[in-house]
Amino acid sequence: MNITIRRFDKRKEPQSIDMTYPLFEGLTLLENLIKIKTTIDPTLSFNGVCRSGVCGSCGVSVNGKAKLSCSYKPSDGDVIEPLAYHEVERDLIVDKTKTHKTLKTSHAHLLGSAILENSSKVTVQSDCILCDSCYSACPVLAVNSDFLGPFALTKVYRYTLQSNENKKAIDAIQKNGIWDCTLCGECTLSCPQDIDPKTDIMNLRSISVQNGYNDPNFANMSFGDFEFNNLFR
Amino acid sequence: MTLLKGQNLTTDILVIGSGGAGLSAALRAKKLGCSVIVATKTLPTNANTSMAQGGFNASSNEDIQIHIDDTIRSSRGLGSSTMIDLMCKSSKTSLDWLLSLGVPFSLDDNGNLANRFMGGSTNKRTYYAEDYTGLKILQTLHDECLKNDIEFKANHYLLNLIVDEDTKEVGGATFLNIATGEVVEIRAKSVIIATGGYSGVYHGFTTNGFGSSGDGIAAVIRAGGVASDMEFVQFHPTALKKSSILISEAARGEGGYLVNGLGKRFVDELLSRDEVSRAVAKEINEGREVFLDVRHLGSEKLAHLLPQEMKLCKIHENLDMAKDLIPIKSVAHYTMGGIEVDQKLQASGLKGCFAVGECSNAHIHGANRLGGNSLLEIISMGLIAGENASNYKPKSKFKENNQLNKDRAFINTVYNTFTNQINFYEKREFLGKILYHNAGVIRKDMGLKEALAALQQMQREFTFMGISDKSKEFNTNLIDFIEFGNTLEVAEMLLVGALHRNESRGAHFREDFKETNDTFKAHSIFWKEDGVLCTEFKDVK
Repeated sequence: MNITIRRFDKRKEPQSIDMTYPLFEGLTLLENLIKIKTTIDPTLSFNGVCRSGVCGSCGVSVNGKAKLSCSYKPSDGDVIEPLAYHEVERDLIVDKTKTHKTLKTSHAHLLGSAILENSSKVTVQSDCILCDSCYSACPVLAVNSDFLGPFALTKVYRYTLQSNENKKAIDAIQKNGIWDCTLCGECTLSCPQDIDPKTDIMNLRSISVQNGYNDPNFANMSFGDFEFNNLFR
Repeated sequence: MTLLKGQNLTTDILVIGSGGAGLSAALRAKKLGCSVIVATKTLPTNANTSMAQGGFNASSNEDIQIHIDDTIRSSRGLGSSTMIDLMCKSSKTSLDWLLSLGVPFSLDDNGNLANRFMGGSTNKRTYYAEDYTGLKILQTLHDECLKNDIEFKANHYLLNLIVDEDTKEVGGATFLNIATGEVVEIRAKSVIIATGGYSGVYHGFTTNGFGSSGDGIAAVIRAGGVASDMEFVQFHPTALKKSSILISEAARGEGGYLVNGLGKRFVDELLSRDEVSRAVAKEINEGREVFLDVRHLGSEKLAHLLPQEMKLCKIHENLDMAKDLIPIKSVAHYTMGGIEVDQKLQASGLKGCFAVGECSNAHIHGANRLGGNSLLEIISMGLIAGENASNYKPKSKFKENNQLNKDRAFINTVYNTFTNQINFYEKREFLGKILYHNAGVIRKDMGLKEALAALQQMQREFTFMGISDKSKEFNTNLIDFIEFGNTLEVAEMLLVGALHRNESRGAHFREDFKETNDTFKAHSIFWKEDGVLCTEFKDVK
């Protein structure tokens, strides 16, 4: 019973190697990593703080899917890698400071004054723990690394509901934002807090249209003969 | 401020720690026009604040005095009425401030803020955001910090305070930049320490996240400051047996039972945390397992009331709360002791250095903390710390200081001279175990002395420990090791305090001195002289 960990060290050659370690059954992945670090290989590097799924620090990719290592029980043969679309610092540690800059770019904070009675509308969105699982799951980032990504947009939607002054944020999410999303829903599937960024993004699109914005994809769509011919064939 | 040679960064206010206390302080200081840097050893929101479920105490005008009285009673004679007054009287403003930032507190059916009772409180005054109160507060504060352009220095591990030897003025701190492996300094007009508690000394026996190693407290002691009441540690009665993961008090509040291996209930489950913790520890010490039993509530009700808990039991113990007994134990949860501060939250023995939140001892919780007061403390006192630090005028213009060189030398020594013949991870585990068994819920003279002897042995062996990982960047082996060093400093104070306090008071229970003795109605005080730990009792003001 083993797990494989993709290790990375920019000072080594090759920089990345897969290493296999024994699986400690019954323990979470984070507990497995700690066991490896403290008893087998102290150089194994990873993050983890709260152990109970709320601090957001221990996200990794398991067999290609983002997981919190404190909330996942590994199985024989699992392949553990750092989160996708992040610069890898070392082993399973990634640079989140860049992804978290999207919060600033998108003005994901309260802009006007808070509307108390709307608190209950943002119960789910405000559960975000900034684990970056959704970001790691988002295929748009494979083609556009400037895409704001799901968690920032969910936060923008949260504050849009909580405040009546949102122009700055709505303006900020037009480019590399809501219209770049393919609505594939991978973010929603990956969220350990059951947040649904896909729906939040759709709602932000409606709000944007109400604010006079148009879907740029729609403007670029071709309605030439070819499509129509196909349609009526 | 003008840049001095060799220094990396300057700011008006340096906040160390990015939990609720640090971020509140940072926001207030920024609001008052100061430049602010928040340095944190992780990322800004990876703090224990995120784990606080219960809620935030705020008292209405009619309730303020009762809130004060409840807090004073709970402190068992060690609370300062001035500080408790200050906190309770600002509780409503603090709550309003959080609401103004958009923290989505739960509402009742009429659209009013919902609140609930917490153990030890006379009135309902605990406001909550589902069972994610701390998480939502912390995330919202972080968003607000970004909005206000507060500068974060992530992956910065506090090494030492930079202190002027003559004036005792603190003008910054040194950090190990975890990302680069370099030792750097950040200079500031004043420093706010908000580094959290030290329950992590009970490694393996705490509900806290990793890294609750009392870094700030240890740094203050090394800098010539003072710590106090370090023996007072709140134990939580219901943590999962294998993993020490917290199962919220709500499980008992909603009607859950505690039963022993014989299937018998052995305590009134709704007594205060210290009393229930002692009853649980007694059962376990006498060889009986203890279980939380919520089966009678039924799966539907459980899924509605305790969804987080059900998930955690499944993940960590592979048990179904609706069908299985849940094995539990009492583990370290919150540390009342910490950096001794004056009424302006300024660290005793130092100038221009403020401490706030769980790392400080502002004489609010005394010997036992009231539920819902810790989130209140980090916000209300955080704002006050931010204000006081902003108003602080440094007396001496900052001179050259050798701390950076000393700390660079120390890190080099760890890499090159510490022999690493003894595995500190094994020692860390062993220390956690002996502290838990000998300085845990139930303590006695002999056990404390044994634990202290073992700890002092580890201090002597420290240079024979060390690191296997010699990389510079993201060396978490090194961070674990320095944290362990802090643990050894902090745990020594805990043990010495527990040993000298020949009485039982609040969370500190001595089997050999079961009664409260008012000779000890005093704060235990700790400081170092020439590297030697000194202690005495100081009267309560």
